[in-house]
Parts: sequence; C-alpha cells; structure tokens
Amino acid sequence: MAKLKRSPWLLHYDGSSCNGCDIEVLACLTPVYDIERFGAVNTGNPLHADILLITGGINSQNQAVVQQIYSQMPAPKVVVAVGACACTGGIFKECYNIRGGVDTTIPVDIYVPGCAARPESIIDGVVQAVELFQKKHEEFMRRHREEKHHHDGK
Amino acid sequence: MDITRVLSCVGYILLAPFLGGLLDGMDRKISARMQGRRGPSVFQPFYDIVKLFNKQIFLVNRSQFFMVVSYLVFVIFSGALIFAGYDLLMGFFALTTAAMFLVLAACSTHSPFGALASQRELLQMMAYEPMVLLTCVGFYLATGSFQVAEITQNTWSPIVYLPGFFLGFSFILTIKMRKSPFDLSTGHHAHQEMVRGVTTEMVGSLYAVTEIAEWYENVMLLGILALFFINQNPLSWPLAILAVLAVYFLEILVDNTAARLKWDKVFSSSWLVTLLCGGLNLLVLDLVIHLL
Amino acid sequence: MEILIPLLILFPFAVAAVLVFLRKQKVRDIVMYTGSVLVMVLAGLVLFFWIQNGCTPIELFVNTHLVDSLMLAVEFFLMGLVAALCGRRHKYLIVLLSVTQTLLLAWLELFGPALPEMAHIRIDRLSILMCLIVAVIGGLICLYAVGYMRGYHHHHKEFRDRRPFFFAMLFVFLGAMFGLVLSENLLWIDFFWEITSICSFLLIGYTQTEEAIHNSLRALWMNLLGGLGFAVAITYSALSLSTVSLQAVVSQGAVIPVALLAFAGLTKSAQFPFSQWLLGAMVAPTPTSALLHSATMVKAGVYMLLRLSPALNDTLTGQMVALIGGFTFFAASLLAISQSDGKKVLAYSTISNLGLITACAGVGMHETVWAAIFLLIFHAVSKSMLFQDVGAVENALGSRDIEDMQALMLRLPRLASIMVIGIAGMFLAPFGMLISKWAALKAFVDADNVLLVLLLAFGSATTMFYWTKWLGRILSISRVRMAHDVTKPNEWVSLYAHAVFMVLLCATFPLLSGWVVDPMLTEMFSVSVQVLSTDNMLLMIIMLCCIFLLPSCSYLFTRNLSHRYVISYMGGANAGDNNHFVDSLGEKKELQISNWYMTDLFGEKRLLHPCIIISAAGLAVMLCIILVGGAV
Repeated sequence: MAKLKRSPWLLHYDGSSCNGCDIEVLACLTPVYDIERFGAVNTGNPLHADILLITGGINSQNQAVVQQIYSQMPAPKVVVAVGACACTGGIFKECYNIRGGVDTTIPVDIYVPGCAARPESIIDGVVQAVELFQKKHEEFMRRHREEKHHHDGK
Repeated sequence: MDITRVLSCVGYILLAPFLGGLLDGMDRKISARMQGRRGPSVFQPFYDIVKLFNKQIFLVNRSQFFMVVSYLVFVIFSGALIFAGYDLLMGFFALTTAAMFLVLAACSTHSPFGALASQRELLQMMAYEPMVLLTCVGFYLATGSFQVAEITQNTWSPIVYLPGFFLGFSFILTIKMRKSPFDLSTGHHAHQEMVRGVTTEMVGSLYAVTEIAEWYENVMLLGILALFFINQNPLSWPLAILAVLAVYFLEILVDNTAARLKWDKVFSSSWLVTLLCGGLNLLVLDLVIHLL
Repeated sequence: MEILIPLLILFPFAVAAVLVFLRKQKVRDIVMYTGSVLVMVLAGLVLFFWIQNGCTPIELFVNTHLVDSLMLAVEFFLMGLVAALCGRRHKYLIVLLSVTQTLLLAWLELFGPALPEMAHIRIDRLSILMCLIVAVIGGLICLYAVGYMRGYHHHHKEFRDRRPFFFAMLFVFLGAMFGLVLSENLLWIDFFWEITSICSFLLIGYTQTEEAIHNSLRALWMNLLGGLGFAVAITYSALSLSTVSLQAVVSQGAVIPVALLAFAGLTKSAQFPFSQWLLGAMVAPTPTSALLHSATMVKAGVYMLLRLSPALNDTLTGQMVALIGGFTFFAASLLAISQSDGKKVLAYSTISNLGLITACAGVGMHETVWAAIFLLIFHAVSKSMLFQDVGAVENALGSRDIEDMQALMLRLPRLASIMVIGIAGMFLAPFGMLISKWAALKAFVDADNVLLVLLLAFGSATTMFYWTKWLGRILSISRVRMAHDVTKPNEWVSLYAHAVFMVLLCATFPLLSGWVVDPMLTEMFSVSVQVLSTDNMLLMIIMLCCIFLLPSCSYLFTRNLSHRYVISYMGGANAGDNNHFVDSLGEKKELQISNWYMTDLFGEKRLLHPCIIISAAGLAVMLCIILVGGAV
C-alpha cells in the first residue's frame, strides 16, 4: 500500500474569526515549528490539497465558498477545524450572520480546540489528520478492489 | 550509432526522473537550511509523486490531459535527443514545442489563474529563447558542430571559448527552473503570486506528470551546462559535475535571497544579459576564429 | 511547350476579359470555377511536359517584335491609367514615377542600342515551382473568392458591388505572375511587374472608402518606386552591359543593376521601410489579402531576390538585402505582438517571414537559398490557408479580432482545426517553417554574419509569442455563444485542399528536399550539397508522428479512465460554469480573460515609426554607397 501520509499538502482557509488561529497556522510553517519536515506544504490550491485546515466559523457569505473549495479537493481528503470558532462558532456563535462551526457546512474529521489554538496542538491535529488520510486511502483502495472483484465475479 | 550513445540515451530516459527528483529534494533541503529550518527528507519529491498518483482523477476538460502528456513526451524526446548525441538545436526546438504544450494546457482551462499564468509563461519563454538559440550557435562556432556527440570529442572544453554564453545560459536557467526572481508563471514555494500558476488546474496524476516532466527538463538543462566543460579527457567529467552542482547551488541561493521582479524587468534584463553575454561573446568568438 | 506557355500566360487574361462583361451571377460563377481549374490544369500540363523533357531548362521565343510592340502599347495604356486615376486625386508624384519609367523604357526599346538576340522565356526549376504555387494557391483563392464575395456583399451593403471587376483583376494578377516568373528578358519581367503593381492598386481600392483609396495609393507609389529602380537597372545594363537577360546580369554580377533590381525586390516584398503598403492591403476583401500575401505580389519580390541571390553572395548589396531582411524579420514580429486583429497579425507575420526569406536570399549561399525556398513554399500554403480561414471566421462571427475567437475549437470546430494546422505550420517543430529556420541559422553562422544570427534568435522568440497566444485562444475551452458556420462549399474546397497540402508537405518533407529543392540549388549554384542530414530528417519524422499519434493515444486512454470533471479554481467564487464568478454583492458576473498585447512596449505607436526611419536611413546610406562605388 502506498504511503500517502508522507506527503500531506495543506489548504488553509480562514473563515469568520479574529485571525488569531490564522496567525498560529502560519506560525507552524516558521523555522520554530517547521511543519514542512513532515512533508507538509501550504499549497493555497484546493485542487492540489489533501488536508483542509479551516480556522474561524462559517457565515452566510463564506458558506458557498467553503463548500466549493471542499468539492474541488480530490479524494482522499481530510478536514481539520482549527480553534474554537471553527469547531462551534466560538465567541461569534450568537451573531446574526453566523451559521456555526465548520461542521454545519462540510463534514469535519478532526477538531483542534483552543482560542487561539496553539501551534503544538495544530501540528498534533495535522499529524492525526495525516493518519486518517492514509486510512481513508486504504479504505478507498479496499473498496475499489472489492468492487472490482464483485464485478469480475459477475 | 555506437553503444555509448544508446546507453546514455536509455540512461537518460530511465534515470533522469530519479536524478531530477533527488536534485529537487536537495533543493528543498538546502532551501530549508538556508531559512534555518530542518526541512523535509531529500526523498520528499518522490513521496509527493506517489501520493499524487494515488489521488482521485479530476479533469477540467478532456484536451488538458492530451496537452500535459504531450508536454511530457516532448520534454523526454528533446532530452533523449541531446543525451543520444544528436543535434543541439533540434533538441531545443523540441523543448520549445514541449513548453508550448504546457502553455496550451494552462490556456485550455479558461481559469483566471491558469490563463494569466499562461501569458506570463509565454513572456518568460520569449525572454529566454534568444539565449537558448545563441548558446547552440556558440557551441557550433566553438566546435564546428551542432551534434552533441561531436562537441564532447574536442581536446579542450568549450567553456574556454564560451564564458559569456555560460554566464548567459546560467542566467536564463533561473527562469527555466522557475526560481525567484523570475518565477512569474509558477513557482515551487508557498509564497506564490497566482496560486499555482500554469499548474493550478492540473490535479493529482496530471500534476505529477508535469512535475516529472520538469525533472526531465532540469536534468537536460544541467546536461547542457555540463557540455560547456566536457571534452575527450575523462577528467573533465568530474569537473563538469562539480561546476553543474555549483551553478545549481547558486540558483538555490538566488532563489532564497531575491524578491520576485515585475514582468517588464524580467523581460528586459534577460534580453540585456543575452545581448551582453551572448552577443559580445559571439562577436569576439567570430573575430578570433577569423584571425586564427 | 511553344503553345502551352503562351496559353498559360494568356489564358487568365482571357478569362478576365470574359468576366468583365458577365453580369449574370450564375454564369460568372461557372466561368470562375472552370477558369481556376483550367489554370491549375495548364500549370500541371506545363509541369508534365517539362518533366518529359528531362527537367532541363527550356528557352523559348527569340523573335518577338510584334509582342514587344504590343507590350509597349499596353505599357503606355497603363501609364495613362495611372496618370488619370492619380491625377484626379492630385497625386502628381505617382504620375511622375509612372511616366518616368515608362518613357525611359520606351526610349530604350525604340531608340536604344541594338541588343543581341536572346530567348524571352526561360523555364527552369524555380520558375516551374513558382508557376505551381501561383496556379494552385492562386486558383484555390479564386475558387474561395466566389463564395466569399457573395457573403461579403451580403454583410457589407454599403459598398458598391463591383464583383465582375474584382474577379477579372484576380485573374489578371495570375496571368501577370505567370508571365513574371517565366520571363527571362528583363523588359518582359518589368512589364508583368508593373501589371501586378497596378492590379494590386486596383484591388486594394476595391471598396472605394477613404481609407481604401489612401492605402491603395500608398501601395502604388511604393511599388512604382521599386519599378523605377527596375527600369533604371534595365537601362543601365542595356547601355553598359548590352544585355537585358536576367541570367546574364546575374552571372556577370554587375553591381549597379543587381543593386537596383534588389531594391525593386525589397519594395515588392514589403520589407521595411516599405512594409506599410502590405499592412494597408488589409482593407480589401479577404481574397485580395490572401492573394497579395501568399501566392503572388509579395512572392514576386522574393522570387526576384532569389534569382539574384547567386550575385548577392559576399557583396555589399547582399549585405544590404540581408540586413534589411533580418531587421524586418525581427521588427515585424515585435510589432505583431501588439496586434489583436487577426488579419493584421497575419500581415505582420507575412512581412516578418518575407524578411527571413529576403535575408536568406541576401546571404546568397546555397544553404540559405535552400532555407529560403522551403520558407517560400510553406509560407505560401499556410498563409493563404490562414487568410481564407480568418475570412471565413469573420463571416461567421462578424469579427476577426483574436479576442473574439475564444473557444473557437468548440464553436466552429472545422474552421478552428484548419487554423490550428496553419498556425502550427508557421512556427512549430516539427513543421516546415522551423526546419528552414534551423537551416537559416546554421547558414548565417557559416556566413559569419553575427548581426543576422542575433536578429534571427530574437525574432524567433517573438514569433513564438504571438502565435502561441493566438493558438491558446482558439484551444481554450469555455462555454460561449455558439456560432453558425456560414462557410460555403467552394470555400471549404479551397480550405481543405490547403490543409491537405500542408500536411502532405510536412509528411513528404525529405522527398521534397531531395527531388525538388536540391536539384534546384544545383541548377542555381552548380554545387550539390545535402543541407539537411539524414539524422535530422529522421528526427523530424519521429516528431511528426508524435504530434499525430499523441492525441489519438490519449483519447483512447482517457476513454476508459474513471474521472470526474471539476470546475476551475476562482478562489471559491466560481459560479459553477467556469464562465462566471460570484462578485462581492453575491451576483453572477461574466469572467473575461484577455491575451496579453503589451501595447505600451510593442505598440505600433511606439515602434513603427522608429523602425521605418532606421531602415530607411540604413537602406538609403547603403544604396548610395553601393551605387557610387559601382559607378566609380
């Protein structure tokens, strides 16, 4: 089985937030945390991304955008909600335009808590996402093989 | 056709992607060290390729697939031509055709990023193309042949006659390898200007194909660089490899220390360098040959 | 042959005479069709009998007093015509140019020294090749013109329908071209030369708009200036060399007549500083531009230069021609970058390619002439095809702007594929133009012409830029308003024939080189060298196979590939169809993507005048030096 987990490419999207978590995600790329040593790259392009890191909550303006970029990511893919706002809507939850956390719009796999989330926990979230990424791939391959087997058997 | 030429051609086709990938990995490692980071493993580019081939296949349109595959085929063809010792000029003409397929692939998507980057890519091609042609002319003047097999059979290294061409070619190599300050159409770093430029809409295996094509291309270009040093003396080979590695290191250094230029500066500076290095060297060489 | 050759030259004139008086459209169309086909058949017959004759040069018609006097009469008539048309518009300079050369030649013929007897017609490989190009390309353009002009007058009600005159002029043009390439006597060549000049003047002014008249007059004075040079060259060689045979002048390599003839060639082939007339020719209906740009007018100029090329090798005149040609190649391709009008890009590219041919002829080595002949063949076919195609696209879309050709491959697939073949033929490896460029580059280095090498290197880069830009536009895929293809069957015949020729030429490239061009060089230079090595031929063929096989292979491969279509990336704001995005107010907006024209850097406003001034100054200085040097 191909080791996909050695090359997780990230797409970072910042929704309705105070930008605190946003800054912390970028901090992960700096020499101090150097997330690239796991092979992670900040692509900025959903078509190349494997893991979607979302900071901030979903509002009525960005809901369609988040849906679209999620749909543009080729499978297997993993979504990580970073910070309180992304998990639940956080401090903005009661605002008139907020729909809530990311899971109101797209399926979320990993929740990273914190306000703001600390780089260490973000990296922890990414590492878990990487494992899930690999698992999803294996599952996909297995299903694919079974289907093929089934098809041939017919 | 003798056996070494066949071997070198087959060797190129089989090994160039590994060598190119390894060079890319070294590039990422060295870049990381220059920035005070640990960086990924040197084999990271291969992990990326394996991953890309295992992703779901997305196409923006059908013709894109054909263009990207043609890009790869023509890059391999041009490199194989040169490593088999054939005509240098013909090799570069094939490479231009290859680059054009990449531009067309980006154009075909009708996406704002792809389309803008395709125009920039064209501009870059226009910027480096004269120097590429002049380099071939330089080799022809210095050695009397466009055939790579004959160029390598001299008693002296062509660099003796072609220092200007070497400088000029190294300069445009920065554009060809998509290094800052000339990475207008697309780059390898996170700090892109136009998402992923020409490769924005190439998903999964298609993107992997463009990456592999780029490795082939890089190995070929470095091969041309080595051609400046190689002569019939076997000792010239290690020298050539050292020189190539040195230039490659310089490219990485420049990449990490220079800011991106605007298109008009990219264009005018490369034409100026072409004229100054290539043109002057050509003129002097022509005079020298006449006097001798 | 004695019957066939005069028939070939006179037949188009006869068709023209008939066409002028035919007012009924049906009858006229039939005459046009049969006329064009017969012209091709006649040229074919000439080729056949010439091959049967052993492919050796044939010389004909020694005593031609009657014809000479007739020609003189026609020349006076043409002078009168020019004087009347230009006098009415107070262009006395043009009248003066025309009168001077006609009187000069009349004096020479009536009162000049007695010249030795000579053959007036000479048929060799180059003239046969030119005949075939003119007959086939010109004939196809005439076929195309029938349908095109119907559509043209349907769209443009504002212009007076003068089709009988227009079609007649096309045929006169063909007849004159046959005469020009088959004649050996300079007086005869000059006669036909002048007919083409006046014909193009009449064709460019067809629509009679202010712009058309202005442009046609410009074409006339530039060509008559060259004609004057021609006339002086003839007079000089008659007086001092006592010959008016083209072969004799070239083999003696007399400086002054060769320089003046080369000057005439430069004006006719629209080199800088005389390129304006060719650009102005765009105002005419498409068949005119196709005819002027591809098969006839401009080819007459380079034909002359190619004939002269053995006398140009290693001379100052050769240097002049080569430099003007090289400069034109580079400057015109720079200017083409800033153009978005399809026909204008084609016009600049014509000028640019002719520049390259001119430069090759100017260097005058057998390698460069090899390249020049190939450029000539490929350029004739692909450019005529592109012009007709753009004309057909214009009739369908109502615009010939490249920006409006977005996704043409989906909207007008047949026209677009032909356009792609034409464009690829113009600059892409492994098609013909590129291999000629390869040969030219090598020959320029061999000739130690550093400046030409630089011009070629930079010019190739800019050429690639404007063609790829166009190609990308056609092949880009987006959902756009579908277009209705209104191309008529006879236009299709011509377009398909061109496309087939193009592909055949590429495929039979080595044969063409071995059987046609190499013997031609042996004839011109009396040396035989293989310019393109077998290795390179082989490589070209492999590349050609790649180009044709890859699409089919990839189609077969993707057919069974399980894939999903994805919308393109627009920062998450794609409205779902790749053509619209959601703006900040949440509304759908159309996405407009435009090519890059860099008008502030390469625009006509900025570059055109400096180019003309530089080239004019260079030409004037070099011509003066040559003439004074020759006289001393």
